[in-house]
Amino acid sequence: MARSLAASSGPLDTASGQAANAMPPADRWRSLRLFAANPSAWFGMIFLLAVFAGAALAPVIYPGDPLSMVGRPLLWPGENPAFPLGTDGLGRDVAAELLHGARQSLFVGIIGTALGAVVGVVVGAAAGTFGGWVDTILVRILEVFQTLPNFVLLVVLVAIAGPQLWSITLALGIVTWPPLARITRAEFRAQRNKEFVLAAVGLGYGKTRIIFREILPNALPAIVVTASIMLAMAILMESALSFMGLGDPNTVSWGSMIGDGRQFLRTNWNLTAIPGVAIALTVLAFNLIGDALNDALNPRYVRRG
Amino acid sequence: MVDLLTLKDLTVRFPGLTAVSGLNLTVERGRTTALVGESGSGKSMTALSLMRLLPRSARVSGDIRLDGRIISSLDDRAFRRLLGRELAMIFQEPMTSLNPVMTIGRQIEEALNVHERLSRRAARARAEELLQLVHIPDARAWLDGYPHTMSGGMRQRVMIAIAVACRPKLLIADEPTTALDVTIQAQILALLRELREELDMGLLLVTHDLDVVGQWADHVVVMYAGHKLEEGPPAALFERPLHPYTRGLMASSPTAGTSYRQARLPEIPGGIASALGQAGCPFAPRCPDVLPVCRTAVPPWRTPALGHHVSCHLLNEEERRDAVALG
Repeated sequence: MARSLAASSGPLDTASGQAANAMPPADRWRSLRLFAANPSAWFGMIFLLAVFAGAALAPVIYPGDPLSMVGRPLLWPGENPAFPLGTDGLGRDVAAELLHGARQSLFVGIIGTALGAVVGVVVGAAAGTFGGWVDTILVRILEVFQTLPNFVLLVVLVAIAGPQLWSITLALGIVTWPPLARITRAEFRAQRNKEFVLAAVGLGYGKTRIIFREILPNALPAIVVTASIMLAMAILMESALSFMGLGDPNTVSWGSMIGDGRQFLRTNWNLTAIPGVAIALTVLAFNLIGDALNDALNPRYVRRG
Repeated sequence: MVDLLTLKDLTVRFPGLTAVSGLNLTVERGRTTALVGESGSGKSMTALSLMRLLPRSARVSGDIRLDGRIISSLDDRAFRRLLGRELAMIFQEPMTSLNPVMTIGRQIEEALNVHERLSRRAARARAEELLQLVHIPDARAWLDGYPHTMSGGMRQRVMIAIAVACRPKLLIADEPTTALDVTIQAQILALLRELREELDMGLLLVTHDLDVVGQWADHVVVMYAGHKLEEGPPAALFERPLHPYTRGLMASSPTAGTSYRQARLPEIPGGIASALGQAGCPFAPRCPDVLPVCRTAVPPWRTPALGHHVSCHLLNEEERRDAVALG
């Protein structure tokens, strides 16, 4: 063809009539704007940023080992200005423990879930896309993991490998991947026979391109929401491990703080309440962000009100 | 006239079923060939087999020649390189053929990027040009729109823009207007014709709508149960349909000005499933003028007029009767 595409289009406009006169929605930053307009997203982000900042700055604000005894035991918050959140049964600074504990809880939770998410999405995508014997084998493996109660599996894995940071993280990854793989597989199975996938094949797109650019974005909302729930669960499970004394004994975590405070529950309930509230709010923040992401990533979502 | 696409003895088999048997077909450069037939006649199967989009259980044989080159023997890798650049396809359902979570602009850019390395900026500019080419007003603004905000007609235009993005030589349109209403249908077909001329493409139009064929095709192929029964230019074919099936199709197509309150719309009695395992002519079980020979022998091809071919025993019979009458 001799003429360029642009040059030839102008005068022909009337030949076949104009397309419908719907309003074009010019908005390149729609997802970001929707996310920013969501108050619960803001709460989640701000709270998490504060927790991250506290965790990152813990060695600066409270240098030294948070497990060293620094004052009189069982001080209530505010009793001594040096210890704003009081001291625990062994005279350790609760505020220092809380900030240092955030490092442990967040690190283990986030890295563990990230590991689980990567493995889960890859396995789920492979099973959902290829089907056949690949699917059968992968689903059988999945079922083996899913028949084992999560927490029991976690306890056994940590007990075998020894309670260390890396073994706990790895064990959390092993526990979190099956639900993510299931969700991903289901989404891929639902999407792979859609006409737009067929159209993509018909345009000569490669397999990886179709999996990652065509199908995965459609499956993403479900994956993100599940991942945010798994992340909250991972933080809770790490806390439970530490509470049971299966955490790394050389580091402090929110769960171990609750475990240590248990014996003073009747007299000094603040020792369990403070890390408990921290866990609850962090988990809530992750869930709120997951929710807001789900809305923002869905192109059909329209904010009501 | 150069033949752009030539199918020779194309056969598509599924376990226990032959969807297309021994189809010969040509599409000329810059012209439209229409494949017509009722549901199950194998017209979509033919289109999908050209694109290699059939399910894995399908077995395809025969020669497919595109632009002088046999493409049916290419391996999948080499064949994939042709998709989009040499041949492209538009599907029936514009509502679901676009990725719902990707903007219109990104989807066109994707199609461009498969075969050409373009910068982000250049790809976006080309995408805008393509939207203008298919007459989407406000093309620049629509680049950032999502498919669900568009009407069916607009989405089909976007599908067409994506299909012609890499200037294919052959465009296959599988019932491109069936899901659209009549006014939009005419616009889309006009657009296809305009692009065909502009880009010098061959167009293979799969449809069951005889009005569409009469208006927009240069050559018509009537299919039934995987067999070609009659072919020719639409004027000749519709003026003097020779095969009883073509006549039946025409009779059962509603025309303007007729009220169907008084009279029932004529139909061809029976179903297409009756062709399964039929020896001789596949249409014999439903044919109103069936002869004993139809059930035993496959009718030979005859050319009663230039470019008009038909496969039917009735023609033989008429000629013999004429010969007898003449003495």
